[in-house]
Amino acid sequence: MYNPQLNAQGQLQHLLSIEGLPKRILTDILDTAENFVGVAEREVKKVPLLRGKTVCNIFFENSTRTRTTFEIAAKRLSADVLNLNVSTSSQSKGETILDTVNNLIAMHADMFVVRHQQSGAAHFIAQHVPPHISVINAGDGRHAHPTQGLLDVFTIRKYKPEMHNLRVAIVGDVLHSRVARSEIHALTTLGVPEIRVIAPRTLLPTDVEKLGVQVFHNMEQGLKDVDVVMMLRLQNERMSGALLPSSQEFFQTFGLTPERLALAKPDAIVMHPGPMNRGVEIDSAVADGKQSVILPQVTYGIAVRMAVMAILGGGNAA
Amino acid sequence: MTLPDPEQLLDHLYQQIKPLIQEDTALVGIYTGGVWLMERLLKRLQTELGHDILFGKLDAAMYRDDYAQRGLKTTAHPGYIPFDVNGKHIILIDDIFYTGRTTRAVMNELFDYGRPASVKLATLINRGGAQLPIRPDMVGADLPLQAHQSFDLAMNTLGRLSLSVSESDPSATKPSANSGTDAHV
Repeated sequence: MYNPQLNAQGQLQHLLSIEGLPKRILTDILDTAENFVGVAEREVKKVPLLRGKTVCNIFFENSTRTRTTFEIAAKRLSADVLNLNVSTSSQSKGETILDTVNNLIAMHADMFVVRHQQSGAAHFIAQHVPPHISVINAGDGRHAHPTQGLLDVFTIRKYKPEMHNLRVAIVGDVLHSRVARSEIHALTTLGVPEIRVIAPRTLLPTDVEKLGVQVFHNMEQGLKDVDVVMMLRLQNERMSGALLPSSQEFFQTFGLTPERLALAKPDAIVMHPGPMNRGVEIDSAVADGKQSVILPQVTYGIAVRMAVMAILGGGNAA
Repeated sequence: MTLPDPEQLLDHLYQQIKPLIQEDTALVGIYTGGVWLMERLLKRLQTELGHDILFGKLDAAMYRDDYAQRGLKTTAHPGYIPFDVNGKHIILIDDIFYTGRTTRAVMNELFDYGRPASVKLATLINRGGAQLPIRPDMVGADLPLQAHQSFDLAMNTLGRLSLSVSESDPSATKPSANSGTDAHV
């Protein structure tokens, strides 16, 4: 099957979604990321791999946090970074996506990091760039956010190396979450045997069981004996219609409190992709508690994004 | 060609390194063979001198000059430098010295940890073929080798070293700037 993410030699050419990537590629990315974790702890927090390359962050949808993590990752690889907030620039003047991209190619950009509110935007750009340019999907609509999925499994592997023995629960707004989809694909590919999703019916996609997960509508049942609790952000800005009575009610039923976390295994870790809505999906006592690995996720996110860029940026010269 | 016993070469290297060891000396092994040798040297030095010696390990995969051609090695190791490099006398340890490109990459990485007082290079074998103004300061032996040949250093489960030479098809070997920069040569 044609996979636009891999080149003829089966190496990673673009990172568009975790779906369709073989285990070998995912493991390579995670192993490579291990080498980048220590870079930030040295006197010089930089390695020269992407020296002389230009990484272009094209954000059709605003996300300061994601853009910042890609920017730091590219800079720690010694790349030059160009940030384009297209939502406030040329698109509002009527320029098409491809015209925007072709202009940047004419400026000799080497790598694009693309965020777009429409699913498939990064695929579309990847199909139209010349072969020496790589595209990284930094979130497209409800479809995928592969580097977030990778950093989540990297964090899990750090704390729970026996992936084939884990029970993982993903809690909250799965319907609007591209992160959840990427996480489920990554966990499945890496051999995690039991993945649960816990959410109200209105916040689950209709075909969610097809992804190979167990569905729960009750926190008390769903959290029982899990090793990892992955909270999702309640995506207020993506909500349309009356999917929820109120955010207070959501917290009453699906918020992660210390009492509910106590149902998981005693050494279970708590994750959240950020930004957190304290008191909506997660209690502050849990977010700041001993089992929380939310800030290490941020740190590892840089290493994982460095790994992806370093793998994409090398080996291209003839 | 009759190959020497690498255990004897290691002993010869040991005799040259021992007088250099002071309180602010650190041994840094270069993956993979150089780390084996560093660990062997470290153990013997600590036993004979009766004190701990600083040590580290580097791979320099992120500093190689063949990244654009070959991409990043997937078998890279994280750098391990658990001491403050500033002001230290560093002895880099590698198994085979060939083009000097690995040494160049390792020195660049080392300097991103701090500014050492001095850096010396000790290798078990210098096979000739340097492409940079870099040479080992201490060697177990000088053993010139043809471009299409390479030394393979191996260590068995008891930690004993063995040495062999492998031949690649000469017609397939391009004497390019990048030949022989892999591990190992």
